[in-house]
Amino acid sequence: MHEMQQLSTFWFWVAGAAKVIGVFTVVMLAVAYMTLAERRVSGFIQDRLGPNRVGPFGLLQPIADAVKNLIKEETMPGTSSKFYFVLGPMLAIMPAVVTFAVIPIAAPLPTPVGTVDMIVADVPIGILYILALSSLAVYGIVLAGWASNNKYAFLGGLRASAQMISYEVALGLSVIAVLLLAGNVTLTEMVWQQQQMKLWFVFPLSLAFIFFVISALAETNRLPFDMPEAESELITGYHTEYSAMKFSMFFIAEYSHVLTASALMATLFFGGWDIPVWTGDDMFWHEGALIRGFDEAGAPIAATPSVLITLLTLGAFSAKTAFFVLLYIWIRWTLPRFRYDQVMHLGWKVLLPAALGYIVLIAGTMLVLDQLGVPFGLRYGLILTGVSGVTTVAFLFFVDRDRVISGAHGQGSVARIRARAAAAGIRDAHGAQAAPATARSNPASS
Amino acid sequence: MAISVKVMRRPDPGRTSYMRATLKGMSLTFKHLVRLKKVTLEYPEDQPELHPRWRGTHRMEVHADGRPKCVACGLCPTVCPANCIRLVGGEDDQGNRYPIVYEIDEFRCIFCGMCQEVCPVEAIHVGQHFENAEYTRDRFVYDLDRLMEQDHPTTLLWDPSDPRSE
Repeated sequence: MHEMQQLSTFWFWVAGAAKVIGVFTVVMLAVAYMTLAERRVSGFIQDRLGPNRVGPFGLLQPIADAVKNLIKEETMPGTSSKFYFVLGPMLAIMPAVVTFAVIPIAAPLPTPVGTVDMIVADVPIGILYILALSSLAVYGIVLAGWASNNKYAFLGGLRASAQMISYEVALGLSVIAVLLLAGNVTLTEMVWQQQQMKLWFVFPLSLAFIFFVISALAETNRLPFDMPEAESELITGYHTEYSAMKFSMFFIAEYSHVLTASALMATLFFGGWDIPVWTGDDMFWHEGALIRGFDEAGAPIAATPSVLITLLTLGAFSAKTAFFVLLYIWIRWTLPRFRYDQVMHLGWKVLLPAALGYIVLIAGTMLVLDQLGVPFGLRYGLILTGVSGVTTVAFLFFVDRDRVISGAHGQGSVARIRARAAAAGIRDAHGAQAAPATARSNPASS
Repeated sequence: MAISVKVMRRPDPGRTSYMRATLKGMSLTFKHLVRLKKVTLEYPEDQPELHPRWRGTHRMEVHADGRPKCVACGLCPTVCPANCIRLVGGEDDQGNRYPIVYEIDEFRCIFCGMCQEVCPVEAIHVGQHFENAEYTRDRFVYDLDRLMEQDHPTTLLWDPSDPRSE
C-alpha cells in the first residue's frame, strides 16, 4: 500500500505546473480532433465518408487545417474597430480554455512524493468559477460582432448576448439542484457524493439533467441554438469578417466550450471519473487523509490509490465526456435551428419557471427526507429518483404538445384557433367546414 | 359567406409531438451514422461508371496509315452552335480533301455532340472522358494532332429506333 500523504509546497507547484501543461495540451488536442469528429460524424450521418484523405482515416486532417489557417491571409475590414477586432477572438478563447481547470479528471495518483489530485486547481468555489468564466465568453463574441462594423456580425453578437443571458439563468438553476444534493460547490466533492450515494445524480435529478443539456447547448451556441452564427440568416454571424487564425480562434473556443460542457455533464450528473458499481475507486480527502468511505461506526476507511485506478478512472471520465461530445454532434446534425423568438420563449417561459419549480420540489423532498431521518445513500437517492421521474414525465408530457415551439400565431394552442375558426364558420384551407373543437374525433378511426 | 379566409391546417394538438419527433429524428440520424453503406465515391481510386452516351472531350478517328479520317467538308463548324471548331481545308494532288487546320476550343464547346452526328465519314467524335485538367488555358484548344492522340472510347450516337439506349 502506498503511503498517502499530501504534497509538500515545492512538489505541489511542480505537480501543478505539470498538470496545467498536460491538461492544456490534451484539451487542445481534443478540440482539434473534435473538429475532425464533427466532420466525419456529419459525413456518416449524411451517408458520406467525411475527410479521410490526410493520414490514416483522415487523422492528420486537424494538422493540415491548422497549417492552412496559419498561412492564410488575415483580412482586416477597413471600417472595423481595430483594437476590439483583434481583442474579440482572444477574449473568446481565453475563458473557454481556462474553465477546464476545476474539473477533476481522475482518481488521485500516488507518486513517490505524495498523492497528486488529478485536477488542475481544486478551488473551493468550483462550479461558480465555471459559471463565472463561461459567461465571460460572450464578451468575445459581442466584441467581435460589434467591432466588425458589419450588420450581420452585429446581429450575431446581439443575439449571442441575449441568448447567453437567457440560458445562463436556466443553466444556473439546473446546477442549483445538483448543489442542493451534493451540499457543496466543488466538483471533487460532487463526484464523492455521487460515489457515496452509489447513484449518479442523473437519476435523482433527471429533470435538472435535461435542463442542463438544453441550456448547455444554448450556452455553447451549438445547434439547435446557433442563433449567433445562423449561416442561413446571418452569413456566419459574429465571425463573418474574420479569416485565417482569428477565425480558427472562434472555432477553438466553441469546441473548448463543448468539451467543457460535456465534461461538466459527466461530472455533475454521471459521476465524473467514478466507475459504476465498483467502490474501490471511491476516493476523497477527509481531514488530511485519503478515504474510501465510512464504516458502520462512522470511522473513515483508508483508500488505496494506485496508478491503475487512476488510469481506469481517467478512461471512465474520457469515455463519458466523449459520449456527450458525440451527443452534441449528433444533435447538431439532427435538429433544425430554432427561430429567435422560439429560443427566447423556451428559455424564459418554459425552462426558467420549470427549473425554479423543480428546485422547490427537490428542496422540499430533501427536507422531508431529512426530517424523516433517511440517511444520505442509495435509498435517499432512489426516493428522489421516483419523485424526479414523475416530474420529468409530467414535464415532458406538458411540452410534448405543440405549446412550446408552436407556429407564428404563438397565442395558445391549435385547438383554440380551430375552435375560433369553427365558431366563426370559416372554412379551412381544405375547403371543409372546420368542425367545432369539442366534436372533433380522430380521423384515423372514422 | 362573403370573405373566404385561408386557415392553415396544422396537426391536431393531441396528435403532434415535438418530443417524439425529435427522438424519431435522432434515431433516424443514428441509423445513418452506423450504416456502413455510404454513397461517397472515392474518386481517384474508384472511377465513376460513365453512361454510353456521355459526351466528353473530342477525338479524331484516323486511318490505318495515320491520316485523319476528316475530309474537311466543313459540316461540323457549320453545325456547331458554340462556334468552337476552326477548320481550314486543303486538297492533295490526288484531289482528296484533308484538314490543314482543325482546332476545337474545348472551353467554348458545349458538348452537344452535333459535330459527331453530322460528320459524314465518322471522323470527329465526342468521347467518354472527363479528366481534362491542364496547367494553362491555351492547352484547351485541341489541335489536330492532339485530337488524333486521344484514345478514350467514343460516345454512342443516339439511335432513333432505340431512344433510351436499351
